[in-house]
Amino acid sequence: MHSDRAPLGLKIAAAAGLLFMHLPILLIFVYAFTTEDKSYQWPPPGYTLKWFGVTWARPDVWEALSLSLRVAAISTLIALVLGTLCAAAVARTRFFGRETISLLVILPIALPGIITGISLRSAFNLGDIPFSFWTIVLGHATFCVVVVYNNAVARFRRTSGSLVEASMDLGANAFQTFRFVILPNIATALLAGGMLAFALSFDEVIVTTFTAGQQQTLPIWMLEELVRPRQRPVTNVVAMVVVLVTFLPILGAYYLTRGTESVAGQGK
Amino acid sequence: MAETAAHHPAPRGPVDRLSDLLWRRQGLLVLLLILPPALWLGVIYLGSLFALLAQSFFSIDEFSGLINYEFTLRTYGELFRAANLDIILRTVLMAASVTIAAAVIGFPVAYYAARYARGRWKALFYLGVMLPLWSSYLVKVYSWKLILAKEGILSWLFETLHLTWLLEAYLSLPVVGGNSLSVSWTGTFLVFLYVWLPFMILPIQAALERVPPSMLEASGDLGARPGQTFRHVLLPLALPGIVAGSIFTFSLTLGDYIIPQIVGTSARMIGQAVYQFQGTAGNIPLAAAFAVVPIVIMGVYLYVARRMGAFDAL
Repeated sequence: MHSDRAPLGLKIAAAAGLLFMHLPILLIFVYAFTTEDKSYQWPPPGYTLKWFGVTWARPDVWEALSLSLRVAAISTLIALVLGTLCAAAVARTRFFGRETISLLVILPIALPGIITGISLRSAFNLGDIPFSFWTIVLGHATFCVVVVYNNAVARFRRTSGSLVEASMDLGANAFQTFRFVILPNIATALLAGGMLAFALSFDEVIVTTFTAGQQQTLPIWMLEELVRPRQRPVTNVVAMVVVLVTFLPILGAYYLTRGTESVAGQGK
Repeated sequence: MAETAAHHPAPRGPVDRLSDLLWRRQGLLVLLLILPPALWLGVIYLGSLFALLAQSFFSIDEFSGLINYEFTLRTYGELFRAANLDIILRTVLMAASVTIAAAVIGFPVAYYAARYARGRWKALFYLGVMLPLWSSYLVKVYSWKLILAKEGILSWLFETLHLTWLLEAYLSLPVVGGNSLSVSWTGTFLVFLYVWLPFMILPIQAALERVPPSMLEASGDLGARPGQTFRHVLLPLALPGIVAGSIFTFSLTLGDYIIPQIVGTSARMIGQAVYQFQGTAGNIPLAAAFAVVPIVIMGVYLYVARRMGAFDAL
């Protein structure tokens, strides 16, 4: 077996697999420009930029986008704090219940989303908590913690403990050590984790359907359009914009963690 | 700030004393670190989960439609009605076929990326898996609605190749066929496969990265044909990765209620049953009991996976 030349069959299979993963998304880009507005006709009868203007003028799209951005921002902040704390504790020491904690962090995304969603909903019902912006955030922050945690814990493990000891020996107190030694070391991992948490929250729909009342996040808006299409071209444009917007944090997270062992998102 | 502290160790404020306390008593530090996340997840998440599970032991009064708050196993008994067993069986079959197909399609991609791709190509493969993994779930589902629609690109492709008869013959098959691809089991299967495929590739790739190439060469040198090397050397070493990936594809398919709602037949899957029982039907106990099904299935699955060493490949 040659070690550096792939068999032709493997090359074709790998290329086909990659194409299968990318062609459907590219199709969305074509549909955003179609002149057809009643069906999903292929090939498009003509191309137009009209629907971008129509979408721009739709207040419901803007409201949904704004709500999604706010929810994602707050959830990411909460997840950053909780995920970092948890990673710091788990990575540095062994304590009673450590395994339980790491399982607990992963559970919200290991169990199907519908279970997380329906649990939260029934808890809100039991506690007579009305649905609001904060009930959405509560759900999102819960499953975003794991993304930050994964990135941070990998970085903590690679950060040498002697750095911290050196800092303390030189007279810094624990808070100064955190600010000037630990934080710079884990900053890019946190940024990467935060970006992925943001992307995760921005896109979440299953849990959100249970924790949102009348409010519509962008994914809920899209789900409505998928189940009961009102204006298909607007949905096409929004879909394209969502693809472009989510690509940015993913690429950002990739470049931030490149070359380190803690590859973002990889549950390693 | 660090300098002042080093030069004047004498004057010590409350901050320094707190710092010393934390440094000397590491247990306290860990407790303080772990408390907020443990409280959040323990109270909000586990609390809600138990609130849900508790409800599965209640039952619903069939006449008044009100929940009867007395302990009973009757609601679990209802799961064994033929219609409900059908839902469970259908969902598990779908999850199993999606998992197998994802492993078959994902393996070559993972293997190429792990063993042959270098430098720029490696990055390309990595992003090629990460971008679809992280891009919007709904947009991915939507793109398949476009593809599978009667007037969509797939029908057009068959027509252009003069193979419409083939598509129609396939659609007239029982079970997998239907009026059009977008309302058939095949459609549901394709969307599931598409959406969860990247979750299978990453762990397989992680497992394959750890296989030393020399081992494969040794197998060849000892006279094994490529097929034999694959079956007796590569596959056993990749198996933990495949099992790890299957945890995702299996679990995600078990609980999904949006994909079968948008692309598929009117026959329900577990997720849809949970959604409808808690929503329109207002039967929270039965919804809760249904929600326990994927938890139990995944519990058994994880136990088996753990024994196969799948967690080392996560």
